[in-house]
Parts: sequence; C-alpha cells; structure tokens
Amino acid sequence: MKLIFEKSVPGRRGLRLPDTGVPTQAEIRPDLLREKPAELPELSELDVARHFTALSRKNFGVDTGFYPLGSCTMKYNPKINERIAALSGFAELHPLLPQLSTGERLVQGALAVLYEMDQALRELCGMAAFTMQPLAGSHGELTGVMIMAAYHKDRGNEKTTILIPDSAHGTNPASAAIAGFGVKAVPSDANGVMDIDALKEMLDDSVAGLMLTCPNTLGLFNPHIAEICKLVHDVDGLMYYDGANLNAILGRVHPGDLGFDIVHLNLHKTFSTPHGGGGPGSGPVGVCERLREFLPISVVRQNRDGSYYLDYDRPKSIGYIAPFYGNFAIVLRAYAYILMLGREGVLRVSENAVLNANYIREKLKDLYDLPFDRVCKHECVFSASKQAEHGVHAIDIAKALIDRGFHPPTVYFPLIVPEAMMVEPTETESRETLDAFIAAMRDIAELVQSDPESFRECPKTAPVSRLDETRAARQPDVASLG
Amino acid sequence: MIPENLKYTKDHEWIRVEGSVGVVGITDHAQEALGDVVFVDLPVSGKSVAQGEEACSIESSKAASSIYAPVSGTVKAANEELTADPSLVNSDPYGKGWVYTIEVSNPADLENLLSPQQYQELL
Amino acid sequence: MPFIANTDQQRSEMLREIGLSAEDLFADVPADLKCAPPNLPPGLSEQEVGALLRALSERNHTHLTSFLGGGLYDHYIPAAVGELIGRSEFYTAYTPYQPELSQGTLQAIYEFQSCICRLTNMEVSNASLYDGGTALYEAVTMSLRVTGRNRVIVDDTVSPIYRTILRSYTSNLGIELIETHGTEGVAGRAEIIKHMNDSTAAVVVQTPNFFGCIEDFTDLATIAHDRKALLVVSCYPIALGLIKTPGEMGADIVTGEGQSLGLPLSFGGPYLGFMATRMDYVRKMPGRIAGRTLDRLGRDGFVLTLQAREQHIRREKATSNICTNEGLCALTSLVYMSLLGKKGLQRLARLCADKAWYAQQKLLAIPGVRLHFPRHWYFNEFVLELPTHVDRVIRELLNHNISAGFPLVRYYPKMTNALLVAVTEKRTKEEIDFFAHVLENAL
Repeated sequence: MKLIFEKSVPGRRGLRLPDTGVPTQAEIRPDLLREKPAELPELSELDVARHFTALSRKNFGVDTGFYPLGSCTMKYNPKINERIAALSGFAELHPLLPQLSTGERLVQGALAVLYEMDQALRELCGMAAFTMQPLAGSHGELTGVMIMAAYHKDRGNEKTTILIPDSAHGTNPASAAIAGFGVKAVPSDANGVMDIDALKEMLDDSVAGLMLTCPNTLGLFNPHIAEICKLVHDVDGLMYYDGANLNAILGRVHPGDLGFDIVHLNLHKTFSTPHGGGGPGSGPVGVCERLREFLPISVVRQNRDGSYYLDYDRPKSIGYIAPFYGNFAIVLRAYAYILMLGREGVLRVSENAVLNANYIREKLKDLYDLPFDRVCKHECVFSASKQAEHGVHAIDIAKALIDRGFHPPTVYFPLIVPEAMMVEPTETESRETLDAFIAAMRDIAELVQSDPESFRECPKTAPVSRLDETRAARQPDVASLG
Repeated sequence: MIPENLKYTKDHEWIRVEGSVGVVGITDHAQEALGDVVFVDLPVSGKSVAQGEEACSIESSKAASSIYAPVSGTVKAANEELTADPSLVNSDPYGKGWVYTIEVSNPADLENLLSPQQYQELL
Repeated sequence: MPFIANTDQQRSEMLREIGLSAEDLFADVPADLKCAPPNLPPGLSEQEVGALLRALSERNHTHLTSFLGGGLYDHYIPAAVGELIGRSEFYTAYTPYQPELSQGTLQAIYEFQSCICRLTNMEVSNASLYDGGTALYEAVTMSLRVTGRNRVIVDDTVSPIYRTILRSYTSNLGIELIETHGTEGVAGRAEIIKHMNDSTAAVVVQTPNFFGCIEDFTDLATIAHDRKALLVVSCYPIALGLIKTPGEMGADIVTGEGQSLGLPLSFGGPYLGFMATRMDYVRKMPGRIAGRTLDRLGRDGFVLTLQAREQHIRREKATSNICTNEGLCALTSLVYMSLLGKKGLQRLARLCADKAWYAQQKLLAIPGVRLHFPRHWYFNEFVLELPTHVDRVIRELLNHNISAGFPLVRYYPKMTNALLVAVTEKRTKEEIDFFAHVLENAL
C-alpha cells in the first residue's frame, strides 16, 4: 500500500481553517522563520479517511478476533469508557488549572476521579496509597525502584543490587538499571517458581529489593511467596510487585497481604483500557505505609468539607516523574471499568480468567509439551519442543494461527522455556472462542506430523508474508524524508 | 569449525597473536548462535581494556551480545568493513569477519585462554 | 456481567471436562494469603456509570475562555481525527510484535516518524515516548550514551515542568545537571559557555521557550559541537509550521510535546512525546522504531526494527526501559498532520501567531501593562508584566469565565506580576477584545 506521502497532490487540503478575524499580521524577524514548509502530505478529508481506513484493515485487534497474547491481558475494552473519556468536562480540562490561585475548585471532578481511583486500588491491592502518575507499566517500575532508592537513602542503607527472577520481563532489569542499581537474576526451580535456596544464597546487605510478578510469567502462583517476602525483608530489602499478572488474582489476593511493599499495575491490562497498538498505558504505583512519604509529587487529598486538593508539600518525595497527574484519560477509563465490575465483578474476572487458561491447558497438553503441568493461573506456557523435532518452531505455529484467524500467543517468552508459547485467553472470551482456538491448535499439531514443510509459507492470508527483519536492521529505512 | 592456529575464550571469542598484536573475532559457533549479524558497535582505537572486560558489542536482529577482550591491552584498529557489511561476521568469522586488533599489554594473559581442543570440549 | 461471556452452565461444563472444581482453580494459593472479597460498591450498569461520570465531568470548569498554555494548548481537533483513530482495529491492537497482523499500525508509525522528521528537519524519529517532559529526560540520557560524558547543561528558559522531571530522574545517578539562567527571556548563552567543558554531554534548550520567545540556537550548536557535545532542542510542533526548525539550527536530538497535534488536554494525558535525531545516533535512541523492508515475496512491508537497543532484548543494558509508549497518540497526530497538510500547518501556525500578535497589541494598550521581555519575537505565547500581583488578576478574570494565563511566579519566584498568555486559533477577536476589556477593568 502506498505511503500517505505518495498520495499527496499539491494544493489539496483536508481541513478548512477559519479566517483570522483579526486586523493585524504577526511580525517575526525573517531569519527566525523556517526556510521551506514541512512536506506534510496534501490530501482531501476523504483521501485521509480512505488511507487510515485501509490501514486499519491491515490490523488485528481484540475486536477483530481472539488475541491470546500471554502476559499482555488482551481483554475486551468496553466502549462506554471511550465515550466517558471524550466528555468535554474531562477532555478539555487543562492540567495547569490547579496551579492557578484557587484553581483547585475548577477541577474538582477530575480530582475526585483520581482520589476515588486511589481508594479503589488500595482496596484491590491492600496497599496504603497509590500514585496515578506513572504513564505506563515500565514507567511504574521505574517509579517503584526510585521509591526503593529513596527509602534506602533515607535509612542510610548502602544498597546496590536488585534481584529479579530469570523468568522476568525485560523491563524489570532495564528499570532497575536506569534507577542506578545492578541486577542479578535468580533462577527458577524444577516447579517453575523462584528457587528459594538460590535466593537465600544471593541475599545479603547489598540487596535493595526483589522484583516479582505473582503469579509469575509461567502463570504459576508461588506458594512460598510469604517466605520470600520475609527473607528479603530480613536484609531490609523491599518487595516489588510487578502487576502485569494481577488479573489472575483480582479480588482474591492482596499483593500487600503477601508482603509486597511496592506494587505497579497496568491499567491497560487488568483494567480494560485499550492497548492502542502500543499505548498509551498507565502504571499506577501503590506502596505500603512506611513508603508513603516517598510517593511522587503531587498527591490528591480531601478536605473536611469533602472537596479535593493537591498536596505539593512532600519533602521526602522522589519528585515529579511525569508532568501532571498521569495519563488521566486512561485512569478515568479504568475507574469506569472498576465501577461497572463492582465487588462481585472483580471476583468473576479472576475466576473466568483462570478457568479459561486451565481449559486451554488441559485441552492441548496431550499434543503440546507443557513444561510445568499443574493448575495455572491466568495463562499457561506450552513448549513447541515436540513440533521443533519436525522442524516446526513456535514462530511457525504462530504464523499458522494467523492463517486460521487467530492472533498468535506470545512466543519465545519467558526465556527459560525453549520454544515457549504463552497463552493468556482472559476472562472476556467465550467457550466457543476457546474451542475454536483449541481446534486450530490441534489441527496445526496434526499438520506438523503430516506436512511440516507447509509451515514455511505461513502466513498466506495476511496482507504480507514473513518480513525480512535482517534487511530492516542492516539497512535501516525508518523515515521517508521527502 | 575451530581453526588450530587460534586461542579461544569461554565467551566464544578467538584471538590470533602476531608479535605484540592480537586480532580478535567471534567464533563460528558464536555467529551461528547469534543469527544474522546486523550491526557491530566497533571499539574506538586507543580504548584500553582488561582481560574479560567488554570491548564492544554485536547485534543480530533478535539478540545483542558483548564481545569481551581475550587479553588486556589497547585497541589498535577496528574492522571498518563491518560497518558497511556486518554479514562478514556470519560468512567468514575467522577471516574477513575479524572485529578489532589489540596491542597485547600482558602476554601472560594468553596462557589463560583455551586451546582449540579445550574450546571444542566446551562446545 | 456483560464483559464475561461464559454462562454459569458453561463454566460448570468446562470445569467438569477438565476435571477441576471451582475451588481447585485457586487451591495453589495458601488459605491464609487469600483476602476477603473487596469492599467495593456493587457493580453499576453502563447507563449508571455514564451518568455518574458525566456528573463528575460537569464539576470541571471547561467552559472558560482559555489563554492558558505553558506547553499544552487548546487547539481545534478536526472531527475526522477522532472518527479515524476510533476504528477499533487500531485501538484494540497490541504493540505490533506480529508484523503480518500489524501492517496498519506499523505503516502508520513509519509515516508518523516521517512526519516528525519533516517537521523538525531531522533524519530519524522513534515511534513515540510518553510526553514532552520524559522525552527530554530520554534525550539527556541518550546524549550521555552518545558522548560517554556526564555533564548536562539545561537553561531555565526550558519548561520548568520538564526541568523538575530531569531533576527527579537524575538525582540518584552520576549525572551532573547544571541549570543556567536565561537572560532577558532567552537562553543564557554566556553562562552556558562558562559551564561547557570536556565532560559536557549536552546543552538543553527550547524553542519557542517557556516564555514564548522564538530562539535560534545555531550559535549554540556550533559551540556545543566545538566541544564535541550535543545540542538538545525541545520544541512546540505547531510553531514549526512557521519558525526555524531545530534541524536547520544543527540540533543533534530534538524532542517535544505532541499534544498540540490533535490530542485533547485531558487533564494531563495521555500526551505524546516525540524524539528525532541524526542517522548516526539511531542505534543509541530509546523507544521503538518502525522500518520498511520486504516480505518473502518481495513486497514492501514494515517491522519494528533495531530492536537490539530495547529492553526485551538488552534487558539491563537497554537504551531505555520503555515498552508501552503512546502508539495511539502518535497515530492521532499523524491523522491530524495529514488533514492539515503542508499548507494547512503553515497557515495554522500563522493563524496562531497573528491572533497572539493582535492580543499582544490589544493587551499592551492597557495602561500599566507591558511586555516582561520586550525585545523579542514571539510565536503564540508571551509574558505580560502586570502592575499588580498576577494571582489577584487571575482570580478576578476567572469571575468573568476567562482563564487569563499562567502565573510564572509558580516557578520563577521573582516574577510575581508576570502572566504567560497563550493564544491559539480557537480564540476569536471578540474573545480577545473581551479579555482585554475585563483585564483593563481588573487593574
């Protein structure tokens, strides 16, 4: 499909601007002006509509079909949330208004949303307080690790290292490193969870904390989690909960009760806000009581009369980690979703997410290797090792699923499982959909036996076939400069 | 493919020493494991490195990896041809795919390296 | 529950088929670690939650005639923008890790990158960062990687909001962050030069700067390059429809806040950080990058490329920890820029500047009101020096439903009477005249 620039016709325009209506023209010294106008495409509104409609048809979203991407929680995104985010009382609200003298009275509705969301997340996670500022999950991780650093500095602790399980997502070590810590990987044991004996050997006074998902990236709940927390606390380390997998235990387990000191959530996973083709996300961070004073500036508080204000007077805070109050319109969508779920709904979420994952696990484990065969939580991880013996790898199975109308699962992650295929169905999918996916996976497993060669050409039904990533990286063509 | 005239590290580098200068590259096994090399972040000449320290890094489309210094010394020159054609590391890892040369500061370092037989055993 | 498809009957059938009971699903969680059901209110219907949040939205004062900017601007958003990005194939998709199913997102990112390059006159751009402030922080750490140095000089004409973020992120690291002081409303060149040394990685400046002054940093680019340091420029993309671009000045890394490109204000986000640089530095750049390549049948296609920089491959050695970025916001800005086009952006920028110029003349005609920095050129924002404390004036104008501007005293304690006024194409002559009228009466 042509680039939008290739469709440009000089003189065409897609938007009529109003006349100035003012009698004067701005004077700007000529040498401060750009030499030539930016070569943006010149198109009619219809041209633009057709271009982007055509692009959208080359995409696959949750509304298109089943999207069992492990660790990403691709659940349905309720439409009402989009309508609420577009309400002019929210969409047109300038974030600097509260900084005007008496400005807080101008934004009471928005502050109420932030305040109530904090309350709801405390209730769901068992933490003392949340900040909505972090703009995505990994931004939440960085915020959390900065809070760790501030805590240890305040205590006079000399801490240099953060421990991370070998099954962790890459953002964990990257966030720790950016905050100035060294990283050490803790191995998993034969049951697929953190090896406690290895952890004990690695724990010493240099350990600032341990970052964990729970359940972990294999979809397994670690039954020793309380002991792990205690061991880390014994060296005055902090326990960090990566909320990527909270969907599995929503309403049933509080990370705070397990002993975690810092929690980040991914509102775009657990709380149904759209992934947007790669964001925007939102990564609120919750902390236990002793870490509250380190939360970013500002914090929403309530006056005696029920009105809300922003507290900027926080001497021990890690400071501003984002300009304002986070990705407000995302927080708002998630808040609407929590209100719709209510107390009974959150339990249904985790119950169905876990049931759906176990249903797939049981129905495919005879054909695909299941390295850790036990009740899983929200996702299950298969290995395509049996299929690989026939020359068909996880990536080939992924591409064959595309031809059967499904988005592939996450492949080659977690790194500790060879040929990993990580399936997370989420609670919003029906049995009929799961059955169709299971049938497709079984069909593929059969084809591996009968015609392994046929996988080389998959996918055949997508707008493009497999792309040459080596060429893309060797000779980067990353912009059309005109 | 493990040439007899080279010394190896457990991190899959090879070195060939001529006088006080060593030529360094990555082994055939290493290039195979990395896959199609897309970029070599060459070391600047004059950089001094200790044995086992990262000298530079190498990227494939799916992985990134460090290239460590087999011996202590000072980087003399880098293989600028890899900038235009990083695939030389894949096609000719022991020849045109060499990565950098190093002025060996401590010849005794060579004794810590693996012989071709020892490297073969490691694999 | 409308968001859960399976019926009770289906659930029991599924459990039976896999030989588990409902209790088994959570049997691996030790009993003492399970919590009581959450103390949340009962779930609401869509109708109820819509009404509840509409009522809350109405407690926000968005009916004000706004002259408030400060880096975030009240621009008109064409109807086509929301309609097109609202196609759920875009917004319900994940990050394009499976390129065959994501050509729409990937081509859009490539086109977004191209537009950012064309706008800034740079060679490469990434797929977006969170916002203008965190993008500037990413530019600072990128300059450290490129140069291998650790001193960064930031002038205080750069958004104070961005500078507070830089301070938070760098305080625990071995980065020497030096803040220089602007002189007469523009970057403090003498002080910047004084602090330049052989460990300086970057000089960080902004155009138009926080006071609205248009700057030309060609001189600073030369000075920085002479010392083998980088010039980092933060900019306002709508202004680039008219004013000299960072690329023309010789900037090495360009960042900015893309909110003005079709995104609503939304009380602080989601916004759009953008970053562009030279091809030489592309492998040191943070964030995702889409690239054009060929498929196995030789057809054009797009992929995420240069991924070895990123956290999912390089882990603790990655150029950044960023994963989820602002994909949909980048798409929004691309649709917006495509609708405006080459002439439209130029005309829009002219419209903003003309209206701001008119407002400036009108407001300066009020006795006692003058420009705080008189000898400069402005785009659509300028600093008025009032004869009285700015807070009093802002409060008074709010009584007339006018949001007069930003009180600079919040970040510059000596500027007690200074009001930062922004004018976009949305403000009419009548609104500007009324603003001037009310302000005159208020003084």
